[in-house]
Amino acid sequence: METIINTTKLDVFRSHLTPTAINLPSAIVQEVNAVLDQTDFPTTRQEAWKYTRVGKIAAISAQQGITPSDDTSFPIIDQEAYTIHVVNGQPIWTTAQDKLPQGVHIKTLSSCNEAELQQLFEKKIQGIDVFQALNIAYLTDGLFITVDENVSIDHPIQLLHLNTTDSQVSNVSHFISAHKGSKASFIIGSLSSANSNSFTNSSLNVHVAENATLTIDKLQVEEEGNLIVSNELVTQENGSTFTINTITLNGSLVRNNLTIEVDGTNCTTNLNGAYLLKGNQHVDNHTVVDHKQPHCNSNELYKGVMDDQSTGVFNGKVFVREDAQKINAFQSNGNVLLSDSATINSKPELEIYADDVKCSHGSTTGQLDEEAVFYLRARGLSEASARQLLVSAFISDVLDKIENDAVGTFIDDVLSNRFGWQR
Amino acid sequence: MIKIENLHASIEGKEILKGLNLTVNAGEVHAIMGPNGAGKSTLASVLAGREEYEITAGSVDFDGNDLLEMSTEDRAREGLFLAFQYPVEIPGVSNVNFLKTAVNEIREYKGLEPISAKDFMQKVREKSALVELDSKLASRAVNEGFSGGEKKRNEIFQMAMLEPKLAILDETDSGLDIDALRIVANGVNKLKSPENACIVITHYQRLLDYIIPDFVHVLYNGRIVKSGPKELALELEEKGYDWIKEEVDSVNA
Ligand SMILES: Nc1ncnc2c1ncn2[C@@H]1O[C@H](COP(=O)(O)OP(=O)(O)O)[C@@H](O)[C@H]1O
Ligand SMILES: [Mg+2]
Repeated sequence: METIINTTKLDVFRSHLTPTAINLPSAIVQEVNAVLDQTDFPTTRQEAWKYTRVGKIAAISAQQGITPSDDTSFPIIDQEAYTIHVVNGQPIWTTAQDKLPQGVHIKTLSSCNEAELQQLFEKKIQGIDVFQALNIAYLTDGLFITVDENVSIDHPIQLLHLNTTDSQVSNVSHFISAHKGSKASFIIGSLSSANSNSFTNSSLNVHVAENATLTIDKLQVEEEGNLIVSNELVTQENGSTFTINTITLNGSLVRNNLTIEVDGTNCTTNLNGAYLLKGNQHVDNHTVVDHKQPHCNSNELYKGVMDDQSTGVFNGKVFVREDAQKINAFQSNGNVLLSDSATINSKPELEIYADDVKCSHGSTTGQLDEEAVFYLRARGLSEASARQLLVSAFISDVLDKIENDAVGTFIDDVLSNRFGWQR
Repeated sequence: MIKIENLHASIEGKEILKGLNLTVNAGEVHAIMGPNGAGKSTLASVLAGREEYEITAGSVDFDGNDLLEMSTEDRAREGLFLAFQYPVEIPGVSNVNFLKTAVNEIREYKGLEPISAKDFMQKVREKSALVELDSKLASRAVNEGFSGGEKKRNEIFQMAMLEPKLAILDETDSGLDIDALRIVANGVNKLKSPENACIVITHYQRLLDYIIPDFVHVLYNGRIVKSGPKELALELEEKGYDWIKEEVDSVNA
């Protein structure tokens, strides 16, 4: 008897990767490898990947292990923030570890012992998909961050990811645990400077404990040609507030899977997103807000502007479980197409199993109002400034949610350099 | 200032302007009247550079420049202003912010430094007072939720801010009550000078009680078919347009 072994694209992709050197429990590693052995990359026949092809990722022959020299200086978004660069998947302490604020603890996964890793990862492996399994099996490194009870951090913690080499594949996994009553904000940036085909497969687990407040400004501004898949799982407990602003302004293929489990009462959840795309960019935001407990508010606002041949995908699910009465859940996705060849696929979904709730969702797609463009030009504005003004007016209600001025300035810089916006 | 000769313009294959001639000199106010559908707004749109119209013949000289060759924004920067018959609502774009961009792009075009924030705000206060536009409206989103009268006043406010050489007011008076009419007319009169000129498109002679024209023209069927002194407006008010239509149609027959 001869066994026929079909070599999948995933097998080929894996053959270029180095198995993780992190001290993960072997049972976990075995389990994720078993998942990978049995599947392949997702195709557009799968509902969750209907509009997003991952061929560009599958085609990468990964380069790994290139460590940049110590004296290289990497871009910074907020000069005042506590900064860790994650370069080619390896954490670099730009702010010295002993300069971290009181009550904040950050350690790399490579410095965690097996028991700690067991705790962090055991829950992650249930029902994982290919990218999450790859992330663990080939984990480069990541950070485990805790903010102690009732601690408020004066400045944000910024985690800035960049791949510096073409075809670099980085599997990064971070954990943030915000303890009771703590207050912290994070900047999570993807700023790859490689020319093409670098791929960051990232995973983030966030736990927001009772009455804690956590804000994340997530900026995806990679050199065109780089790829990102990002999985975020957030859990909220009673009285907590979680806000995430996801701003995507560059990168060839970006897929964000953001899942928020609101497993406490009296929680507030804010998800804002803006994507401004041009060229052949493809950006896909899949979000899930899962209301499991009563008396909570969630607000979701995503807005996108697509130019040239770019494609946007928005899929937002809101679940309100049977016991989750008195929920206010709002979701809205607005899109503007600037060219005939640009595309948006938008699908907002509500699934409500409770009866005393206030929910609304909506999706709009349109073009710039040409009458308004003419009106502004008739007042002396160039066509470019007229269009910029209208796009900026459209997207501003998302960008205005960002409270950190340094992040705002950084976004303005990108808009001016990449999109030629005047200030 | 502006010399329009034998202007022909069509939209979607339909000829609307059919050989229009008009000359306006600095210091003059011209009124254009005419029945609905005569082509008054078309003329205003073509002069402002609306691209949907096809110019099939004729020329427009604007202070020595070939107007028809210029982009809409360059026409504005050279001092042409159109007060829209139907001003557009632009949610999210603040009136004063966009005007500041406009003022500065016009200044840049003329090789001038940007206006200081202080001078600009001073000007906003002064000009909004001129047209009695609530300063709250001045800083709100362009025309969003404005009443009809507020929109028209906002047009005149913008005109006052931009200080054009040639202003074209397209039925700025329609939908205005008598007080608003006086305010708008007052705004226009205050801006009058020997260096600039104004074309007032109107349906009613009542605006011309406040803005005294040097000439009145009747636009009918894509042409200026009759011109005269300000008294012509009174005659039109009294007799309507039928006698002019008959005159024109019998000549053409
Ligand atoms: N987009 C268009 N397509 C076809 N015909 C148009 C269009 N816009 C205006 N017209 C026609 O042009 C003629 C002149 O219109 P307009 O200039 O608005 O007249 P007025 O301002 O004198 O009332 C009318 O017959 C009108 O129906
Ligand atoms: Mg008209």
